Amino acid sequence: MPDSERKIRVLVAKPGLDGHDRGAKVIASSFRDAGFEVIYTGLHQTPEMIVSASVQEDVDVVAMSILSGAHLTLFPRVKELLNEAGSGHVLLTGGGIIPEDDIAELEASGVGRLFGPGTPTSAAIDYIREWFAGQEAV
Amino acid sequence: MILHQELLERFRAGKVPALARAISIVEDEREGFQDLLHAVLQREPSTCRIGFTGPPGAGKSTLVAAAATQYRAQEEHIGIVAVDPTSPYSGGALLGDRIRMNDLTLDPGIFIRSMATRGSLGGLATTTKEVVDLMDAFGFDRVLAETVGVGQTELEITAAADTVIVVLVPESGDAIQAMKAGLMEIADIFVVNKADRPGSDRVVKDLRQALHLRAGGVGKNMPAHHGVDLSRLVRQERSQDAPSSEGAGWEIPVLSTVAQNGTGVEELLTSIEAHREWLASSGALHVRRRARARGRVEDVVDRELRRVARRSGVMGANLDPHLDLIQAGEGTPYSVAREILKGLLR
Repeated sequence: MPDSERKIRVLVAKPGLDGHDRGAKVIASSFRDAGFEVIYTGLHQTPEMIVSASVQEDVDVVAMSILSGAHLTLFPRVKELLNEAGSGHVLLTGGGIIPEDDIAELEASGVGRLFGPGTPTSAAIDYIREWFAGQEAV
Repeated sequence: MILHQELLERFRAGKVPALARAISIVEDEREGFQDLLHAVLQREPSTCRIGFTGPPGAGKSTLVAAAATQYRAQEEHIGIVAVDPTSPYSGGALLGDRIRMNDLTLDPGIFIRSMATRGSLGGLATTTKEVVDLMDAFGFDRVLAETVGVGQTELEITAAADTVIVVLVPESGDAIQAMKAGLMEIADIFVVNKADRPGSDRVVKDLRQALHLRAGGVGKNMPAHHGVDLSRLVRQERSQDAPSSEGAGWEIPVLSTVAQNGTGVEELLTSIEAHREWLASSGALHVRRRARARGRVEDVVDRELRRVARRSGVMGANLDPHLDLIQAGEGTPYSVAREILKGLLR
């Protein structure tokens, strides 16, 4: 199999205490349909669990769904732990109920694009594909 | 050519990210993966390889997690590889086995890797055997390999594990199902999981009876009937070199578990240990490892041949003139293939 056909591996995680996993399941299914290999970890993940799983699974992307309002804590914490684990190359992206200002703040801090309610799943898929193609080219 | 030298050093130093990356390289068959495997595998296999297989939803992941938890209590280091299916339509996969193993995620003594089948039909991914090898070389005390949910004929786990556990549920069928070929023949240990559900006693009983029949129990207890010694008949029917473990002193146990709350898991581990001892003392471990080595060599040769054919370009557009001949009735797939092979093997 030539490298250009390499599967994109994505960890889809639901950190924190809120139990609303519909969004995470929708995004996991559409990633699967887009040809990604999705590792779905289920609910109530701590940042430590997410990073540990993403290291073992050697994923390209970590996608988090956060609807609890704790995004300003969780995204930077996961980013920090990824860097500590030597996984700074992993794209951290996600979505949920996140105000515009916070999205801007997080994206400025090195987190990838974040997607709000109403985003077509194709937007996230295209974003990951483009990012991945950029990585491969390096 | 990429030599992965730096990765090898980190792998040998026991760095988890190096193991994870080595698995990716092997799984994707990235450049240099053969040399990486060659470098890592130059040692005797030492780990205890345990395979879990069975139909979808039988509780394989939960059982693996429960077993791993108990092994951790004995301070053992555990590698887990869990396989889920790749979509034949999109090529994507949803790997959900970790959901049942969340309690293990933060344990530094446990390494879990999810794999997608990527078109392989034997219940494992194309490179799961290699990944188990990598985990062996990394130094885990045990490697637990979990197949996709299987039907009756996905039996590749036998090529990856020393001890095969077939996990069933009370709904798994009647006595006739238990007598069928395929899945029911590869178990070293049977587990009827979700044993708190109705019907589990019956399945356990049916399984034991089917095993008894297969082991020649019926013929054995029957005196020479009408002058015919039935026991010899039964024995002859069994294939000489089938990789089934009965007949050489291993009595396949049928256990009941409720993996969700840990009921019966200790008994399972005891049986695994007993099987391990039997493998070692009877010489079966040696036989199995040798059979595994043979299968692996055949695999590698197969795959390399295919790769050579693909790289040579003969299968692509160059095939068109040959296809014209076939369509004109002047050639056949056999004459074309013979010509191509002649060129490749020159």
